[in-house]
Amino acid sequence: MAETISRVATSEAKEFIAFHIGAQTFCIDIMAVREIRGWTPATPLPHAPTFVRGVINLRGAVLPVIDLATRLGLMQSEPTARHAVIVVQSAGQVVGLLVDAVSNILTLTQDAIQPTPEVASEIARTFVKGVVAAGDEMISVLTIQNLLPEPVLDAA
Amino acid sequence: MDPMAAIKQTFFQECEEQLVELESGLLRMEDGDDDLETVNAVFRAVHSIKGGAGAFGFDELVEFVHVFETTLDLIRSAKLAATPAVTKTLLRASDVLADLVRAAREDGSADAGAVKVIADELSALLGGAPRHGDDDGKVSVEALDFQPVCISLDSIFDIGEPEAPATQDFIVRFKPSAGLYAKANESLRLLRELGSLGEMSVECDISEIPQLTELDPEGAYLCWTIRLTTTASEAEVREVFEFVEWDCELSVETADVGKLLEALQESLEPHEAPEAPVAVAEPKQTSVAIDPAPASFAAPSDEHPAAAKAESAKGEGSGSVQATIRVDLDRVDRLINLVGELVINQAMLSQRVSEAGLSRASSVVIGLDELEQLTRDIQDSVMAIRAQPVKPVFQRMSRTVREVASMTGKAVRLVMDGETTEVDKTVIERLTDPLTHMIRNAVDHGIEKAEDRIAAGKPEEGSLRLSATHRSGRIVIEVADDGAGINRARVRQIAVSKGLIPAEANLTDDEIDNLIFLPGFSTASSVSNISGRGVGMDVVKRAIQALGGRISISSVPGRGSTFSMSLPLTLAVLDGMVVTVGGQTLVIPLTAIIETLQPKKESVHELGTGSRVIATRNTFTPLIDVGAVLLYRDEPIEPTSQVALLVESESGAKCALLVDAIQGQRQVVIKSLETNYGHVHGIAAATILGDGRVALILDVDAIVARPRADMIVAEMPAAAE
Repeated sequence: MAETISRVATSEAKEFIAFHIGAQTFCIDIMAVREIRGWTPATPLPHAPTFVRGVINLRGAVLPVIDLATRLGLMQSEPTARHAVIVVQSAGQVVGLLVDAVSNILTLTQDAIQPTPEVASEIARTFVKGVVAAGDEMISVLTIQNLLPEPVLDAA
Repeated sequence: MDPMAAIKQTFFQECEEQLVELESGLLRMEDGDDDLETVNAVFRAVHSIKGGAGAFGFDELVEFVHVFETTLDLIRSAKLAATPAVTKTLLRASDVLADLVRAAREDGSADAGAVKVIADELSALLGGAPRHGDDDGKVSVEALDFQPVCISLDSIFDIGEPEAPATQDFIVRFKPSAGLYAKANESLRLLRELGSLGEMSVECDISEIPQLTELDPEGAYLCWTIRLTTTASEAEVREVFEFVEWDCELSVETADVGKLLEALQESLEPHEAPEAPVAVAEPKQTSVAIDPAPASFAAPSDEHPAAAKAESAKGEGSGSVQATIRVDLDRVDRLINLVGELVINQAMLSQRVSEAGLSRASSVVIGLDELEQLTRDIQDSVMAIRAQPVKPVFQRMSRTVREVASMTGKAVRLVMDGETTEVDKTVIERLTDPLTHMIRNAVDHGIEKAEDRIAAGKPEEGSLRLSATHRSGRIVIEVADDGAGINRARVRQIAVSKGLIPAEANLTDDEIDNLIFLPGFSTASSVSNISGRGVGMDVVKRAIQALGGRISISSVPGRGSTFSMSLPLTLAVLDGMVVTVGGQTLVIPLTAIIETLQPKKESVHELGTGSRVIATRNTFTPLIDVGAVLLYRDEPIEPTSQVALLVESESGAKCALLVDAIQGQRQVVIKSLETNYGHVHGIAAATILGDGRVALILDVDAIVARPRADMIVAEMPAAAE
């Protein structure tokens, strides 16, 4: 028993926020999440990549919103007030991630995360850090670092 | 940032302030104000810089400041008259000092030649006045009119030393004030340093320590009496306390009166010193303790009343200075952001309430009106925090005038007006360069040579007037010279020869004057190294426009020219025209808009494929459909159904922007897009409107300067990956 406790402590259990996009479930490290809010219409930005929905007002700050479905190459649906925007901080920038719905908070140890299975999808290899089995479901652990890459912005 | 660097930065910030104080004091002295208080203020500024510089080990700086300080001290003690020649040298010395401070900050080095020239000039001013290193200056500083006694004793020591015993006993009484500790000085360190000079015994007087209940934790209650046997001179003993002398009561006395008398006797015999009676009468009193507060002033009985008065004047002076705090700019900006948010929220709330159809007399509406009033007051007060007087920038200009005047051999006097006018700090920072350029131009080209001025019946000394005023929510800065004015025939001729205007162009005087703002225009027939650097007034104009300002010139031949700049008071808010384009709301900066037009079918002409121009008063201006440029719509729509805004970019290019409708004119809070996203071509920034939505602020320059080829690129789908 004592052994189990120490094992959990050394392998650093982390909390993750799980959310749905279409039929798939993803999760991101809770430490990067600043808040979760409902979708409000965004002001589109000219010359922006298609996955940038536009900018919204987050208590006085101008917040770009990324449509995670488009970013991950999934089916895009027209957002409604039921959609959620997860506000995350990444490398000094704060961005909003548009998702279908937030479902759960997971506590995972590093051991529970399996390496991403070898699949053909380049997007999966770029953004999925690993996968977690939760019952019958598979949850992909996303890395948020590359979601708003500078080179794309410069090219746009 | 490591703590040392932070402290250093504070030191340099203070240096800047002290330099401004110094220069304004010197300028007052130049105007004939030789009031002791002015001289004292100048002295204090130099002294503070010296203190900090010493602490950070800027030796070059300390060396120069020391000479400077000594010279000022002579003026302070009325041994040197502040003649115009002297103040001129002092002003130049303050310029050199500013250079040295800058050099120290940037780890660079100042022009050693210039430093030496001024240092030599200062030394020359010191002339025959006695200088025994540090001590003389210091002692007379403290004793003011009392120094005949000090000097006599010092010189006795100096002369007497070879014969006198190698060691001397001093009794040092040191009573720090609370200020000493507040400036992070430490008595123990001072005592230790004193101990390093020789053998010492210390007695601590704890009689003044109050009951614990009355004890001020930041107060100073201890007083030390140190008996020091040392080979060091009195000056060296005093040097230990050099940086705390303003914050303590300090007396250094020679302990052994017998020994002293012996020394006196010995020195008296060969020298027949006339001071002897005084010295004997006051054998121990070599200095008086001076505390900044006159109340605790331990004045000796024979203290000259004038000196006491001067001291109390100084005390009052420092008392009347308003208390200020140093706040990180980021914090202020955060506060401004929050207030901006409050304003937006309040506007949203008002909108909701009016949508709810409540009666104007309902308590909610009344309460909301009050809230609106309050919000506006808060916003104004917060903006006022960032507002700074233009004085530091203006003061810098007086140096520019001096330098350019001496380079061109002209006599020019700078008159400043309205230096206390306040404007946003960012505006001030970005005002320096264009203003310097204009001042250089005015002295170099505007004001004539002395002989020409005399021939024209004007005073030999040219006059340059720099003024700032608030006018309808903007700051207006004027640079006016009393020179020859713009030579319109020549300006026109140059413009024609450079191909800027056609030879037969029919221009009004005003239009000719404004030709000097065209890129590549320079009136100087010989390129001087002062203003003819290939950059002209067009650079000034661009810098002013980048600040959201406008510049104009008026000139009267033979009477001079006046440049007038009108700038926004802040860069945090902007006056904008709110327009609708392709269903989106956009804000166009009002400063860029010249006029609005309703395009008529007959005035719109096709030019090539897809490009159109609009005819306004016989000139053709390119038409740009903002909706198409920003990809809000794919198909251009008929211009006649739209509104055209005639805009002028910073480079002077004119263009007509087509928008769908004008919503109104509004002051908006500028929000950065770069913080969380990045730069967007054609968009300068964003703002938040009353409905809580983000609206983009158009970058008129980028839209106008947009190369034609760019438009085709923009029509391609943006790369997603």
